[in-house]
Amino acid sequence: MGEPPLGDQRRREVLRQCLSVGVATGAYAISFGALSVAAGLNLWQTIALSALLFSGGSQFAVVGIVATGGSGAAAVATSTLLGIRNGLYGLQMSRLLGVSGLRRLAAAQLTIDESTAVGVAQPERSAQRLGFWGTGLAVFVLWNLMTILGALVGDALGDPRRFGLDAAAPAAFCGLLWPRLRSGDTRAVAAVSAVIALVVAPHAPPGVPVLVAALAAIAAGLLPLHDPRDPDDAGDQGITPDEQARP
Amino acid sequence: MTLWTTVLLASGLAFALKFLGYVVPHQVLDGPVVARVTAMLPVALLSALVAVQTFTGSGAGLTVDARAAGVAVAVTALMCRVPFLVVVILAAVTAATLRSLGWG
Repeated sequence: MGEPPLGDQRRREVLRQCLSVGVATGAYAISFGALSVAAGLNLWQTIALSALLFSGGSQFAVVGIVATGGSGAAAVATSTLLGIRNGLYGLQMSRLLGVSGLRRLAAAQLTIDESTAVGVAQPERSAQRLGFWGTGLAVFVLWNLMTILGALVGDALGDPRRFGLDAAAPAAFCGLLWPRLRSGDTRAVAAVSAVIALVVAPHAPPGVPVLVAALAAIAAGLLPLHDPRDPDDAGDQGITPDEQARP
Repeated sequence: MTLWTTVLLASGLAFALKFLGYVVPHQVLDGPVVARVTAMLPVALLSALVAVQTFTGSGAGLTVDARAAGVAVAVTALMCRVPFLVVVILAAVTAATLRSLGWG
């Protein structure tokens, strides 16, 4: 819309980024497909998750919770909490893309960590759009193809424990978590929520400990961390004038 | 809840959240608190999932078995900047090898 078109060289540069992110991300889907069938989902349910849910963290959470005997409600709740960030990416991308109608539906479905990251990383508006759409489509196609491959291979393997697939799932979560641990704050949240989950785990049905840990993270995000108070303060007194004055 | 219900409900809600970002007025969710919660939520969820899937089993208590060894290897591999798929394979191979030797 009015901005100068990209030069050939910049265009190739952005498309190369899109494709390399697509290939790297698609590779995760092999382990997703294998873990999903090991968890007891059939091939079509596995394919449906990759095509319809299309958000790695949430998909791994659904099959991980199903695999450990968790309820469907816990799996859906965890998946949905993990998906909240996609809504915020959508907020960001809607400003850059300026889409409506069917293109808006397509953009929403392709809104994930990778497509948003490549999109917002570009300096020019037209490259931001190319980066978002290119990465979104590359990841979508490769993610779904690799899911099918992983599911077929996983199905042929049989008992998941014999091949250590039950260790592959938490290892995959480690891999997804790792790039987010750059700041001291996030490391503290990670440590606290792991401890909370393990403390709750022996006393709650599968899936619930993870949700309790997540609520703790929400509380940590909402509270002014630099100003610890008596827990009694959090009663029904409402917001104190001091808190209202906070920027 | 059947598996299909779980799959379709999770998918529907995931799309609703994505789409919401495109239709909600921008100023509604802008702000440092929302940004902080959004940054911390995936960290807390993923970390809790690692903990639970490594140390809980079919029984009620916590256990340390071949999975813990696999995850320890995965963390070491991540520190060495090994690619994601290799990290996952290393964890699986570690756990499988220990089990074939009769441990965990």
